[in-house]
Amino acid sequence: MTDPLSLDATFQALADPTRRAILARLAKGEASVMELAEPFAMSQPAISKHLKVLEHAGLISRSRDAQRRPCKLEAKPLAEATGWLIEYRKFWEAQFGQLDQLLDELKRLEAQAGSNN
Amino acid sequence: MSFGGPLTVITPTDTQIVITRQFDAPRHLVFACYTQPSLIRRWLNGAEGWIMTVCEFDARVGGKYRYEWKAPDGYVMGMGGVIREFEPVSRVVTAELFDEDWTDGETIGLLELTEIDQRTTLINTITYASKQARDGALATPMAEGMEFGFAKLDKVLVELMTE
Repeated sequence: MTDPLSLDATFQALADPTRRAILARLAKGEASVMELAEPFAMSQPAISKHLKVLEHAGLISRSRDAQRRPCKLEAKPLAEATGWLIEYRKFWEAQFGQLDQLLDELKRLEAQAGSNN
Repeated sequence: MSFGGPLTVITPTDTQIVITRQFDAPRHLVFACYTQPSLIRRWLNGAEGWIMTVCEFDARVGGKYRYEWKAPDGYVMGMGGVIREFEPVSRVVTAELFDEDWTDGETIGLLELTEIDQRTTLINTITYASKQARDGALATPMAEGMEFGFAKLDKVLVELMTE
């Protein structure tokens, strides 16, 4: 699951709040579709759609044989995506935060220079 | 975690990382902050606790640049390269090499700045020599303490939910 396509699929899957909530629930243990649908004001088919996206991204797996087909969190792709990109993003957010401050200062200096002319 | 927020990081191909960010300033200022050493060192100072000890940027085609940072434990990380394209105030292309060459070759950095209504959109496309190099982009000492394992998964999920 290290190819970039799967990484992109992971991020696409994570871009939705309902799917993130489903993952958070599954981090506590396996659950059936019915159990997953409970906390949301959503139909089971709607939840199933989200589960398909998560399954496609390799973030969850569903057992084929059991009747309730519980969903299980697959930690590896998520750990890869979060470990790699979240930290990268945090690093640049910190750097750019400082750049924002510097730009504010430069804008003020330019405005002052302009008003002196 | 909002991935479509003020800063986005995407991986459009095997070897690339694209960083997009908007700034509430006209682009000549953003360009200056990327190309004038006295300004670069004001913001590009590395991970927390690190200090930038060398900052050189010869702003012309064929000019060289060099950055060094020092970690709290004394470790020094350096990188540098050559400026391939230089178009004030919209575009810079660099070819860079880290001192400890974990990237298996040159990394091409493309900086593009566009401005609308006094606001600048920055797109930084970094193309590594290989997929391994890109994936290892954080396996540098700067990434110390940044390791996420399965044990931290719950914490990550809580973060994802609350942001």
